Amino acid sequence: MTTSDLALQLWPPAASATAVETDWLILAFTVLTLLLTVPVFVAITWFAIRYREGVRADRSSSGVRSMPIEISWMLIPFLLTLIFFAWGARLFFISKSPPADAMVVEAIGRQWMWKFQHPTGQSEINDLHIPVGQAIRIRMTSQDVIHALYFPVLRMQMAVLPDRTTEMWFKADRTGTYRMYCSEYCGTDHSRMDGRLVIMTQAEYAAWLQDSGAQQGGQAGAGRAVYEAYGCGNCHDPGARVRAPSLAGLYGRPVALADGRTVVADESYLRQKILNPNRDRLAGGGRQVMPAFQGVIANDDLDRLVAYIKATGPRAEQEDPR
Amino acid sequence: MSGSATTGDAHAFRDPQTPDATLDREADYLHAEHTLRSWFFTTDHKRIALLYLASITAFFVLGAVTAGLVRLALVVPDGQVFSNDTYNKLFTIHGVVMVWFFLIPSIPATFGNFLIPLMIGARDLAFPKLNLASWYVFMTGAFFTLVSVVLGGVDTGWTFYTPLSTAFSNTWVVPALIGVTIVGFSSILTGLNFVVTIHTMRAPGMTWFRLPIFVWTHYATSLIFLLATPVITLALVLLILERAFHIGVFDPAYGGDPVLFQHLFWFYSHPAVYIMVLPGMGVISEIVPAFARKKLFGYKFVAYAAIGLASVTFFVWGHHMFVNGQSDLASLAFSVLSFAVAVPSAVKVYNWTATIHKGSLRLDTPMLYAMGYIGLFVLGGLTGLYLATLAINQHVHATYFVVAHFHYIMVGGTVLAFLGGLHFWWPKVTGRMYVESWGRISAFLIFIGFNVTFFPQFILGYLGMPRRYHVYPPEFQFLNILSSAGSTILAVGYIFPMIYLVYSIWFGKRAPANPWDARGLEWTVPSPPPAHNFLSEPKAPEIPYDYPIQASESQRHHS
Repeated sequence: MTTSDLALQLWPPAASATAVETDWLILAFTVLTLLLTVPVFVAITWFAIRYREGVRADRSSSGVRSMPIEISWMLIPFLLTLIFFAWGARLFFISKSPPADAMVVEAIGRQWMWKFQHPTGQSEINDLHIPVGQAIRIRMTSQDVIHALYFPVLRMQMAVLPDRTTEMWFKADRTGTYRMYCSEYCGTDHSRMDGRLVIMTQAEYAAWLQDSGAQQGGQAGAGRAVYEAYGCGNCHDPGARVRAPSLAGLYGRPVALADGRTVVADESYLRQKILNPNRDRLAGGGRQVMPAFQGVIANDDLDRLVAYIKATGPRAEQEDPR
Repeated sequence: MSGSATTGDAHAFRDPQTPDATLDREADYLHAEHTLRSWFFTTDHKRIALLYLASITAFFVLGAVTAGLVRLALVVPDGQVFSNDTYNKLFTIHGVVMVWFFLIPSIPATFGNFLIPLMIGARDLAFPKLNLASWYVFMTGAFFTLVSVVLGGVDTGWTFYTPLSTAFSNTWVVPALIGVTIVGFSSILTGLNFVVTIHTMRAPGMTWFRLPIFVWTHYATSLIFLLATPVITLALVLLILERAFHIGVFDPAYGGDPVLFQHLFWFYSHPAVYIMVLPGMGVISEIVPAFARKKLFGYKFVAYAAIGLASVTFFVWGHHMFVNGQSDLASLAFSVLSFAVAVPSAVKVYNWTATIHKGSLRLDTPMLYAMGYIGLFVLGGLTGLYLATLAINQHVHATYFVVAHFHYIMVGGTVLAFLGGLHFWWPKVTGRMYVESWGRISAFLIFIGFNVTFFPQFILGYLGMPRRYHVYPPEFQFLNILSSAGSTILAVGYIFPMIYLVYSIWFGKRAPANPWDARGLEWTVPSPPPAHNFLSEPKAPEIPYDYPIQASESQRHHS
C-alpha cells in the first residue's frame, strides 16, 4: 500500500487537482485563522503579566469609543473570511459539475459493504479500481441505511442514501492504492465498511478489467468479500459460537436431510439453501437459526457467494485477504 | 442611591469581611429547613438549582466514564477492547448524556436558576412551582434514558439518523427517545420561566441596560429553548411513531424521506449549540470584569450580540448537510449564513481581551478558567468556519476534525465556563471558600489535558479518520494514543474539583458576602443568601459592571 503504515502521518496524500486546491484553501485559511487568534493568545498572556494587580502600569482609559472598534473587529474578519467562502464555494461547484465524457461507475452501499459496477459490466466488492487521468463519475445508492462514500486522497465524500441517487465526480492524477471509508455512521460494523481505492494507469486498468471479467477465480475472490460482508463466517467459520455446518468442501458432497432424503450439494442446492434455509432441513436435529436471504442478497452477489463456496476446498481456512 | 450605598445596606445586617458563624444561620436558604421534603418539594430557585447541580454532575460522571472507555478502546487500532456493538453504544451514551443531560441544562438550570432572581433583584423566578416541575420533568426524562442504558443501551449515535434508528437498530431506541423528548419539556419550562421573570420581576431601577450580560445571554438562550425545542419534540415523536408503527415519514421503505429527519434534528440542534454557548459567554462576561477590576468592554454590543446570535443561529442548520444530498443552492446559502453567525461569535473573545487590557488582573481560579475559555473558544469558533466552507466540508465532514471542533466549543467553551462559574459563585452558593491552590492546579490540568486530547483530533480528521470508527487504520494509532493520554490528564483535572469542592462544604473557610469584591446584586446579599434572597429592597446599580477601572462605552460620549 502506498498509504504507508508509518506510525505518524501529518499530511494526507492528494491524488487530484481538486484535492491539491482544497489543501491550499485550508492552508491559506489557517494563515488567516492564525492572524485572528495568535494576537489574542499573545495579548491575554501579555496583559496578564503587564496588568497584573500590583504591577505599576498605565491604566487610564484611552477614551476611544467602543462602537467603531466593535464594528471593525467584526466586519474586517467577516469580509476576510468571505474570501474563503467564495473560494470554497467555487471549488465545491466544480466538484458538482461532471464533464460529459466522465466514465460512470455505479456504487451500492449496504450494511456493511460497498459494491462497484464498472461501465463494462465488471463489478467488485469493497475495492474500487479506476484509471488515472480519466474523469470518473460515481452514481450511488444505498440498500438500507444512510452511508457515505469517502476518499480522503481526493478530499471528497458524498452521502449514499436509500431510495435516492447521489453523485460525485473526480479525476485522479496520481496512481497508487489509497483508503476508502464509509463516513456516515451506519450501525454495528460501520468502521469495517472500508476498502481500497486503486488508481491505475490506463493500461493496468484495461488489464484489470479483462482479468476480473474473465476469471472465475475473480468471481470466487469477490465471493469471499460477499461472504464476509453478509457475516456468513460469524456462524459458518470453524470456531464460531453458533456451530453452523462448515461450508468448506461442501460443494458436490451428499447431504442428509431431516425427511430422510439425501441430496447432493450442487449449485442449485446452495442457492436455495441461502435464499430459504427453512426448506430442506438438515438431518441431525440442529436448530435452524439462519435467516432467509430471499430479497436480501442481490443475484450477482449470490452468484459470487456460490462461486466462493464452490471454490472452498476441503481446507477450512482461507487466507484472509485483509 | 449609588453602588457604594447598596454595599452599605449589606453591611447593615452582616459585615461581609468578618462573617459570624452562628448569628443568622437560620436565615440562609441552606439552613432554613433540613428535611428531605424541604429539598424535594422546595420552590426556592436556589435549592432547585442545587437539585439540578447534583443531577447534572451525576450525568457528567456517566458521560465522562463512557468517553474514557471510548478513548480506551481507541488506543489500539484493531478494536480488540470491546465488540463493535459495545463501542457504538458507548459513544452513543456519551453523546446523548453529555448533550441532553449535561451541556444543555448545565449553566442555565444551575447558575441561571440560582442567579437570575438574585441578579435582577427578585425574590424568586416568576413561576416557582413550574420551576420545581421542570426538575421533575428533567428527572423523568433522565429515568427513561437510564432505563434504555440499563436494558442494554442504544447504538444509533446521539443524532438518531433515520432509517438506522427507525428500522435497523436492534437496541433500546424508543426508551432513549422518550427520555430525550421529555427532557425537552423541562427546557421549555425553564425558558418560559426565565423570559417571564426577566420581563416582569426586575427590581425598581433595574432597566434592561443595567442587567448583567449573564441575564442577557440567558434571555437569548430562553428564546431558543422556547422556539427551537418544540421542533425536536415533534421530530422525536415522529421518530418513535415511525419505529413503532412504520408511519412512513422518514423511512423510504414506507414512502418516507430519509433526509427529512436530519433537517428537523438540526433545526433544533444547531440553535442548541447556542443554548450551550450563550450562557457560557454570560459567565465569562461576569468573571472577566471582576478579575480585571474593569468595566466590560462594549457592554451594549455584547448584549445585542447575544440576541442577534440567538436569532441568526436558526438559519444555519443546513450546514450539517452539505454532503447529504441537499441542493447545491441551499448549501451555498447555508454556507454564507454560517459565516455570518460564526465570525461574530468567535470575535466575542476580542471583547473579553479588550476588557483585560489596562485592567488590574487577579489570576484566581475563575479567571484562569475564563482565560482558558477565551483561548479555546476562539479556536473552536474559527474551525467552525472551516466546516462551513463548502469545499473543506466535503473533505472533513464526519471526520475527527468535526469531533475536535465541537469539543473545542462544548468542552473548551461550555465546560470551562461552567467550571469557571462554579468556582466564581461557589462561595455565594455554599457560603464556603475552596482551597485556591487546588483550584488553580486543576484549571491548568484541564487546559493542558483538553488540548492534548483534542488537538490531535484536528490532524486525525484532516488525515481522513472518520468519526465513530472503532476499528481504524494503523497509521492513525500514534495520534489516537496521544489523544487518549490527554484524556487521562483531563480526567484528573475533573476529579480534583469534585474532591476539594465537596471538602469545602464542611471544612472550607466561611465565605464573606463578596469574596471577589465583584459587582452585581448577587454579591450584596450574604453567602449563602437568605431564603428570600433580599432582606431589604435591592437597589439597581446606576451602571452595570461599575468596577474601579472604566472601559470605553459609546453611549457615555453622547451624554
